[in-house]
Order: sequence, then structure tokens, then C-alpha cells
Amino acid sequence: MASQDTLPHIEPARASFLNDPKVRSVVVQVIVVLLLIAGLWFIVANTIENLRRANIASGFGFLNGRAGFDIAVALIPYDLNMTYGRALIVGLVNTVVVAIAGIVTATIIGFLVGIGRLSGNWLIAKICTVYVEVFRNIPPLLVIFFWYLGVLSVLPLPRDSIEFPLGSFLNSRGLYVPKAIWGEGAWLILVALVLGIAMSVFVARRARARQMATGQAFPVLWTSLGLIIGLPLLAFLVTGMPVTFEVPVLGTFNLSGGMVVKPEFIALYLALSFYTAAFIAEIVRAGIKGVNRGQTEASSALGLRPGQVLRLVVIPQAMRIVIPPLTSQYLNLTKNSSLAIAVGYPDLVAVGGTILNQSGQSIEIVAIWMLVYLSLSIATSIFMNWFNAKMALVER
Amino acid sequence: MQEHDLSFVRVEMLAAQPAPRSERGFLSWLQGNLFSSVPDAILTLVALVILALVLPPVLNWLLLDAQWTGTDRSFCATVAQGGIQPDGWSGACWAFVNAKFETFMFGRYPLDERWRVIVVALLFVGLLVPLLVPSVPRKGLNAVLFFFVFPIVAYFLLVGGWFGLEHVETYLWGGLLVTLVLSFVGIAVSLPFGIVLALGRRSKMPIVKLLCIVFIEAVRGVPLVTVLFMASVMFPLFLPAGVNFDKFLRALVGVSLFASAYMAEVVRGGLQAIPKGQYEGADSLGLGYWQKMSLIVLPQALKLVIPGIVNTFIGLFKDTSLVSIIGMFDMLGIVRQNFSDANWASPQTPMTGLVFAGMVFWVFCFGMSRYSMFMERRLDTGHKR
Repeated sequence: MASQDTLPHIEPARASFLNDPKVRSVVVQVIVVLLLIAGLWFIVANTIENLRRANIASGFGFLNGRAGFDIAVALIPYDLNMTYGRALIVGLVNTVVVAIAGIVTATIIGFLVGIGRLSGNWLIAKICTVYVEVFRNIPPLLVIFFWYLGVLSVLPLPRDSIEFPLGSFLNSRGLYVPKAIWGEGAWLILVALVLGIAMSVFVARRARARQMATGQAFPVLWTSLGLIIGLPLLAFLVTGMPVTFEVPVLGTFNLSGGMVVKPEFIALYLALSFYTAAFIAEIVRAGIKGVNRGQTEASSALGLRPGQVLRLVVIPQAMRIVIPPLTSQYLNLTKNSSLAIAVGYPDLVAVGGTILNQSGQSIEIVAIWMLVYLSLSIATSIFMNWFNAKMALVER
Repeated sequence: MQEHDLSFVRVEMLAAQPAPRSERGFLSWLQGNLFSSVPDAILTLVALVILALVLPPVLNWLLLDAQWTGTDRSFCATVAQGGIQPDGWSGACWAFVNAKFETFMFGRYPLDERWRVIVVALLFVGLLVPLLVPSVPRKGLNAVLFFFVFPIVAYFLLVGGWFGLEHVETYLWGGLLVTLVLSFVGIAVSLPFGIVLALGRRSKMPIVKLLCIVFIEAVRGVPLVTVLFMASVMFPLFLPAGVNFDKFLRALVGVSLFASAYMAEVVRGGLQAIPKGQYEGADSLGLGYWQKMSLIVLPQALKLVIPGIVNTFIGLFKDTSLVSIIGMFDMLGIVRQNFSDANWASPQTPMTGLVFAGMVFWVFCFGMSRYSMFMERRLDTGHKR
């Protein structure tokens, strides 16, 4: 090869060893790991030393200890002789209950307000705008106090209770509603309800398949309503009406009987619903505005009525935009339910805080909190991702 | 030549005609916007009835029946409650807010030293306003003063202990002062920290990436209350015995860490929206990693996510109210604490205080969101995909 003789072999300008991205990345990562280990070592050593001096045994053994404090709202049986573990479960149940109730209500209010903001009706649109701008810009804690201190605590005393239909009363100690007492054979009603829902789902699927194949519509809504209400009613009558209602009775100073919904729960539930609804409304508005106008016009041109346009064309496409941010609002609501501690509703954080003060097991309690909230977040995310995948339009 | 040309070409414009009578004026506006159809009319009427039921009592309570002046609770209580108002009276007790206004602003900051807080506030406004108004020149110098010089000056002025200034313990701080200090520090720390976390999450180094993901997801998965609890209960455990750092500082660390994780996700959204060609273009120009990020990618990415960043700021500002749960007195905390002041406790006090605190928070948050909308429009270069 002649060319090799004529061209002197020149080493390509080698970049410095230090500038090689691969070497750099290894060096950086080694340094990060070393720093992390050193930091963890420092923290762990100090923690062990501090715990030893404070005479706190670490580990989760304390969960079997006697709680010794009462919980105002317990949906599963609980008394102060039960364990810390049980108390935490009571708190967890309370968190889940207020989160689910809040999510359902916030979604309903949020959709109404969000659609209302796009209404052609000037007054409705303005009212919805004011609602959103007010609630988006004040802290959720303040909304909770607003309901708790401003509204619910100035309600009348029990003897001047405000009476609602169906034997319910509202006063400063809470909302008293009739309590259902499940007699013998009442489980059949629940079975009938589940059966009714299952049959409605089946009917809806069959009706859809038939409409796709033959074009014949089937009144799914009325059939389902009939099934879901009719079957349990039938079971109720057949089993000899085993469910009775215990109505609260107004005594001299207090109400007796019935079921009481504590003002702490009502304050937290209303505050979370109203606060999150403002954010959901904005998401819904953005979703509907995100659907191309041509879609609405094309479906009108196909001869669909305005209701059908919204139901069959606009909302399914808007849902694609709405669901991901909606998921994060649901997660926010669940996390904001920890503000319960400010009004004394015994959720997971409030119960955990009491245990933390009593036993000093701060690391374990914080670990349990993190674990539970992370699991709740992941569970909600998984459900919403499944729902998202189901709603997403399949692109061909 | 054609003699019977019937075509007609108008050469001068017709004078503009007013819109038809049915399309203008108040009545047609009413018909178009409130009564365009029967259901619409029903909705309007329902809304009007609700407004008529809600607005007069609210306005009466806030303004007409409110007690504006007074020296103690008797001005805001009915005769039956031991006051001077007629029975059945209900109105806002602005006298309470009036009397407590300084407390709501400064907390228990010593009376003689409050001028220091006022000086800091004036500096804050004096540096922030020119920074926010786009037409004022010397933005760079202004930003350096605001983000680097101002915090140091503010620290020395507020904490004291130097230059003959009396040392003021942070447990004496309270009210709007605490809310603003927490938010300012949270914002100033979370933005750079969030950017670093977001870059780390998109890094090619697996360990760095993993650490950033774990931190971001763990913090975002838990409520702020638990992070604050952790900061106030667990930080002392992590440090050697005898090292004790301030409760206020612990809350600051908790709030900043929390906000950083959210900021990181917002910034990541912006980074993902930058087309790959921008990264490759920067590489082919021979820019290093930090040059590429700071000169090419981040300026575009951050501009895209301004609304998200401001939303995080607003969220942070609202979240500072949670420090009252770990026993600090921010704006909301100090208002609540004063409900139990025996000199002012009356049935109207809590509601009045909450409405006042709500208005303060609202003004700040609403201002931030409006400013972000203004900036968004200004920075919109029309390149949005």
C-alpha cells in the first residue's frame, strides 16, 4: 500500500481521558454512590445512637401494644383496649372512606361547573368562573376551617336541630340519619343488587353488539334501572321486609338512636369536594375545548341531535384529554385528606400522630404513612390507567 | 361598443349601516346570552333566584351589618352573648381584624424591631416589581440582587444578632411574614433543585436516574403533612446528639424538598417536549452537557412550562398554611390562634378571621396566576407546536 508510505501515520487528536463521556459517567456515578453511602451511614449511625439514648426499641413490635386512646369515628369495631395496629387500620378505613366520598362528589361538581363555564348562558358561565377562581386560589386547609369553624360549629344545639325529611336532623354535633338494621335474610337483597348490576352489564353489552350488527337500538337505560332497582325490591318483599330503620328521636338535650355523621367528617368531605371540584372543572373545560370544532360540525352534519353529539362524539374524545390530569387530582384529594388532623377527624395521619406522641416510634409511623399513601397512589394510578386505556380511541 | 351594458360595478363603498335592531342593544344581548331557549331561560331564572337568596345575606354580613370599629369582643357580640349588638345580629367583626392586623402581619416579632421586617418587605417589593415589569431595563442585575443579595440582607435583618441588631428567635415570627419567607425560600430553592432532579431523571447514568426517580416518586406519593412531620420529628434523630437546628429551618427544608419534587415533574414535561433535533444540534456544535442544557434546551423547555411552574408556586404558597399543623404560626395559624383570645372571642370572630385570611391568600394566588397568563402571552413566539 503506497499511500501508507507517503502519508505519515498521524495519531488522531485523542481527547483527554477525562473528557471521555463513558469514563465521566462511571466516575460521577461512583462519587454519587459513595456520597449516598456516606450520608446514609451518618444518618443511620446517628439515629441508632439517638434511639439508644432515648431508650426507644425500634421495629414494628409496638403495633401489638395497647392503644389506650379512643377514636371518635370508627367504622370497624374498635375500643381503647385494642392494639396500635388496629387503631391504624381504623384510621386507614377513615382515610379511604373520606377520599372515595370526596372523589365522587368532586367529580360530579367539577363536571357540572366545567361544563357550566362553557355554557352559552352568560350568567351560568360567570357564576362557574367565580366559583373556580375563588376555590383555586385559597388553601384547602382554609376551606376545611371555613366549613368546620365558620359553618358547622355555628349550627344550632341538638334541641333546636334543623329537621330534614326522612327523619334526619342537623345540629352542631353532626348529621343524624336513620340507621338501617339488617334483619335475617337481608343478605338476599344485596345478592339481588349484585345480580341486577351484573345483568345490566350483560344486557348493555348484548344490546351494543346487536346494534352494531343490525342497527336496532334497545332501551338499555330503562331495562338496567328496572333490573337494579326491581330485583332488590323483589328480594326485599319476598324475604318479608327484613330491613327496618331506626329513626333518631329528639330528646330534651340530645338525639338518640339513628346514625350520626360527625361534623369533622362533613367539614373535611365538603372542603375536599369543593376545593378539588374547582380543579376538575378546569380540567373538564380544557378537555372539551380540546376537541376539534370540526368534530362537532361533522356530527351535526351527519344528523345527530345536540345531546348525541355531546354523548357520542365530544365527550369520548374529551375524556382522552381529561383522564390523566383527573387521576392526579384524585391523588391530590386523597393526599389532602391528611389535613383531617387539623379538625380532629381520625384519619391515618391523625391516628398515626397520636401513636407517635404516645410511643415515640417516629420512624416506624412515618414509614407506615409513606407505605400506605404510596400504595393508595399506585392503586389509583393503576385503576385510572386501565380506565384511560379503555377510553383511549384506538387509532388505525 | 356595447351600448346596453347591464353589468354594474360599484366604485365607492356604501356607508356602514348599524346592525339590525334585533342584534344590538341590551334586550338582544339578554335574549342571546340569557334567554336563548326555554331551558336556557329556566337555568337563568334558577340562577337568579339562587343569587337573590345568597348574595344579600352575604353582602349584609360582609359590609352592611359588619362591625368596623371597636376595642373588644362586646362590639361583636349580641346582648345575650354579653355584647352591645341587638339579639339576632350577625355580621363580620372587622374590628377584630383591625385590632389584630399587626399580629397577623408580624406574629410575635418584637414591637421595637418590626421596622426590620418592614425594611425587608420594602426591599422585596422594590426589587420584585421592576423584575416583573418587562419594560424595565437591567433584568440581569435585578435578578442577581433579588435572588442572591436580597436573601442575605433579609436574613441578617430578620434574624439579627449582627451589627448591633437584636437577635430575634424564629419562634417569635408569625403571620404573613412566615408565609412569605416560607414561600420565597421554597420557590427559590425548588426551582434550581427541581431542574437538577428533572435532568437527573432524564440522565443516561442509571444510578443517578434511579435515585432521582425514587426521590421524586416517594415525595410526590405522600402528603405534605407527613413530610412536615418527618422534618419536625425525624430530622433531630438523624443528627448527632447536641446538634439542634431550628424548627423553622426544619419546616423550610421540608417544604423545599416537597416543592422540588413537583417542580422536577413540571420541568421534565418541558424537557420531553423539546424535539430531539435540538439536543442533536447542540451536540453537533460541540457543546458539552451543561452548555447544551443551559444554552439550548432549558431556555426552551422552561418557557414551555411557565404555567406549570407558576401553578407549582401557587400550590407551594397555599401549602405553607400546613405548617400550622406542626405548631408554627403562619398567616392561617396566627388567625386561628387569635380566635381563642378572650378579649375577642365571639361567634362572629372565626368566620371574620377566616374570610380575612382567605382574602389575603386569594390576592397573592390570583395575582400570580394572572401574571403567569400575561407572561405566557408575551413569551409566545408563535412556535408552539
